[in-house]
Amino acid sequence: MIRLVTDDLRPPTPRKRHLLSVADLTRDDVDRLLGTARTFAASLERHVKKLPTLKGHLVVNLFYESSTRTSSSFELAAKRLSADTLTVKSAGSSVDKGESLKDTALTLGAYDPDVIVIRHPQIGSPQLVAQVTDAHVVNAGDGKHQHPTQALLDLYTLREELGELEGVHVAIVGDVLHSRVARSLLQAFALVGVRATLVGPPALLPRELPAEATTDIEAIRDADVVYVLRMQNERMEPGANFVPSLREYTARWGITPERLRPGQKVMHPGPMNRGVEIDPRVADSPDSLITRQVRSGLVVRMAVLYDVLTGGPVGVQALAAAEVA
Amino acid sequence: MLWQKDLPGANVVIRGARVLDPAEGIDARLEVRIDDGTIAEVAERVDANEHRVVEAEGLVLAPAFVDPHVHLRTPGREDEETLASGTAAAAAGGYCAILAMPNTDPVVDSAATLGALVDAARREAEVPVGFLAAITRGQRGEELTEMGELADTGAVAFSDDGVPVASAGLMRRALQYASSTDRALALHCEEPTLSRGGHVHEGRVAAELGFAGYPSVAESVAVERDLALAGYERGRVHVLHLSAAASVEALRRAREAGVAASGEATPHHLVLTDDAVRSLDPNVKMNPPLRAEQDRLTLLDALRDGTIEAIATDHAPHAAHEKDVPFEAAPFGVTGLETALAALYTHLVGPGLLSLETLLERMSAGPARIFGLERPRVAAGACANLVLLDLEREWTVGEQPFRSRSGNSWLLGSTLTGAVQMTLAGGKVAFE
Repeated sequence: MIRLVTDDLRPPTPRKRHLLSVADLTRDDVDRLLGTARTFAASLERHVKKLPTLKGHLVVNLFYESSTRTSSSFELAAKRLSADTLTVKSAGSSVDKGESLKDTALTLGAYDPDVIVIRHPQIGSPQLVAQVTDAHVVNAGDGKHQHPTQALLDLYTLREELGELEGVHVAIVGDVLHSRVARSLLQAFALVGVRATLVGPPALLPRELPAEATTDIEAIRDADVVYVLRMQNERMEPGANFVPSLREYTARWGITPERLRPGQKVMHPGPMNRGVEIDPRVADSPDSLITRQVRSGLVVRMAVLYDVLTGGPVGVQALAAAEVA
Repeated sequence: MLWQKDLPGANVVIRGARVLDPAEGIDARLEVRIDDGTIAEVAERVDANEHRVVEAEGLVLAPAFVDPHVHLRTPGREDEETLASGTAAAAAGGYCAILAMPNTDPVVDSAATLGALVDAARREAEVPVGFLAAITRGQRGEELTEMGELADTGAVAFSDDGVPVASAGLMRRALQYASSTDRALALHCEEPTLSRGGHVHEGRVAAELGFAGYPSVAESVAVERDLALAGYERGRVHVLHLSAAASVEALRRAREAGVAASGEATPHHLVLTDDAVRSLDPNVKMNPPLRAEQDRLTLLDALRDGTIEAIATDHAPHAAHEKDVPFEAAPFGVTGLETALAALYTHLVGPGLLSLETLLERMSAGPARIFGLERPRVAAGACANLVLLDLEREWTVGEQPFRSRSGNSWLLGSTLTGAVQMTLAGGKVAFE
C-alpha cells in the first residue's frame, strides 16, 4: 500500500496541553474533566466563591465573533479561579486594521499568557494560534468545526440530569450542516455511549456524518432528549435555498409542546430564536435544561482552564491545599 | 512556441547511465554525445571529442519533462514567482519545457501582454517556456479573446484556468473559433453554482470538520458538458487537473467515441486524498480539492491505461503570509515543479503502483504530444532535452531552499526518493 504523507504534514505534537477539538479527547479525559467540574460546582455553593487555584496566571480571551455565553463564562471561570484576564475582541482592535490572526497571536503571545481562549469564524484558527504562541490554547468555537467546551458542558448537564449516559438517546434537530455544536456533540456522544439521531431539512443534514439521520420530525419521539440547534438567519438569505422559508422550517421542524412527549428533556446551545426552531412554551417549560446548560458552562470552563494548566484531576485535597495557599 | 534565454549550447558526453526512453523503445546502457546542444551520437561507446564528460554510473538518463500547467504569476505577482525563478524551479525538477497559464494580472488576453511575456522569456527563461492565452477577455466569461492574433504572437493554447467558462453558449463559440487557430482549449471544468464556497471535497472529512463541500459532481457535470460540446463542434480540448472518478469516466467515454480530448492529473491528486485535510494545513488546499480514495485509484488507472496522457504539476506559488492563515482564509494552490518526479517515484513507482516507463512517458512525451511540442527524446539529431536521475538518492523537501520564490509545497518535511542530478533543456545545461 502507498504510504500517504498525511502524518508528515501534521503539526508536531504540541508541547503544551490544549483543548482544540473533542476528537483529541479520550473517555478518561471526559470523565476527569466532568469530575473536576463537579468539584468546582460544589465550591461555588460556598459563601466565598473565589478559589486561589490559578492565581498569577494570565488567561487571554480572544474573540473574533460575537458571544454572550461563551465569552462571559470563560471570563468568569478564570476570575473564579483567581487568574488575571484580558479580553480582546476583533471589533476595535488591530484586526479592524487588517492585522492577520498570526500577527495578533504573536502580539498577545508577547505578554506570556498561560492560556489563550479563542473564538474565530474560520476552521483551524486555534491550531494556528497554538503553533505560533507558547500558550495553552482553548478552542471556544472555530467556524463550523468545533466547540469542545459546549460539548463538555452538554455532557455535564446530561450527566447531572440523567446520571449514567451510556445508552441515552438524543435527537439533534435543525441546521446540522452549519453547526460546530452538532459536530462536537457527535464526537462527545460517541465517547460516552450516547446514541444520536440527526433530524432536519435535507440540505442541512450532511450525508457523510457518522450518525443516523432523518428528515422526519416524528423521529424525535423515540429520544430521551431533544437537542435543538439554532436556525441561523444568515443561512436564510435569498438564494441560499437551504429551506424555502423560515415559516416552512418552523412548521415542519420547529419544536413545539405538541411534538414532545411529557417528560422529554429539551436542550439548546443558545442564542435561541424563539418561535423559529423552538416554541417559547418549550423553552420555558420545566423540562427545558437550557438555563442549566449555561450554569454548567461556568464550572466546565473552570475545569478546562484548570486541566490544561495543571494536567491532572482536581481532588478535594488539591483544592484544599490551594485554598490554604 | 517556446522561448528561452540565450545560453551556449552544451558540449557534453554522458557516460555510464542507463538510457531510458520509452517512446523510442530504448532501455540500455549507452553513451550520449551532445555537440552544441544537439544529440550527435547515442551508442555503446562514443568519443569524448574534448567535451566535458559526465560520469553517470548508476544514474538514469531520460527525456526531460514537459509540464503543461504552471503558474508563473508574472505579470502581477512577481513576489510569488517570476519567469526566472519559475523556470529555474522547472530546471531543478528536470523539466525542459513548461507552459504558463494566463490567469495573471493583467490576464494574458491581448497580443501586447503576450508579446511582453515572450520578450521577457527570451531574456530570463532558464528552460523553454510557452504561454497559454485566455479564452475570454479578462477571464470574465463574456467575450472571446482575439485568438487569431494571440496564436500568431505565440499562444500554445487557450485557457481560462482558475475560473471556468460558465456559459455553455460561449464555450461553444470558443470551440468553434479556436479550431480556426489550430489550438486546443485547456479547460478548467467546474460548475460554479455547485462548488461555490467549497474549500474541500464534499465527503466524510468535510462533514466531520465542518468545511463547506466542493463535490465531485461540480467537476464532472462541467467535464460532461464540455466534452459533449467538443464532440458536437469537433473541437480539441484538454481537461485540466482531473480529480473525480466520474470526470475520468466521462473522458474515457468521450475518447472512445472519437472526441479529440485529452486529460491531465497532478501529483497531489495521484498521491493524496481528502484525509490529508485533517491536518488543517493550508498547503493541502487546492482547486480542485483532494478527493476520496476511489477517485485517486481511478486517476491512477487512467494514468496507466493512457486515458490520462499527461502529468501536470499545476504549480501554483503563493506568498508565505497568504498561506500562513487558517485553512478557509488561505488561497487555493500548491507548488510542484521541484518535487513532481520524486513525489511520484516515491509514492507510485516505489510501491509498484506505476512503472517507471509509464511515469516518464506521462511526464514528457504525453504532454508534448497533446500540445504539439517537439517530443523530448534520446536520439541522434534531436535537441538535447535530457534529464539525469539518481533514483536512489533520498532527500527531505524544504531542507534546501526552493528555487521557486514560494515554498507552499504539500511535501514540506517529507523524505522522498529520487532526485534530479542534471537537466539539459533546449540544448543547454539548465541545472546540475
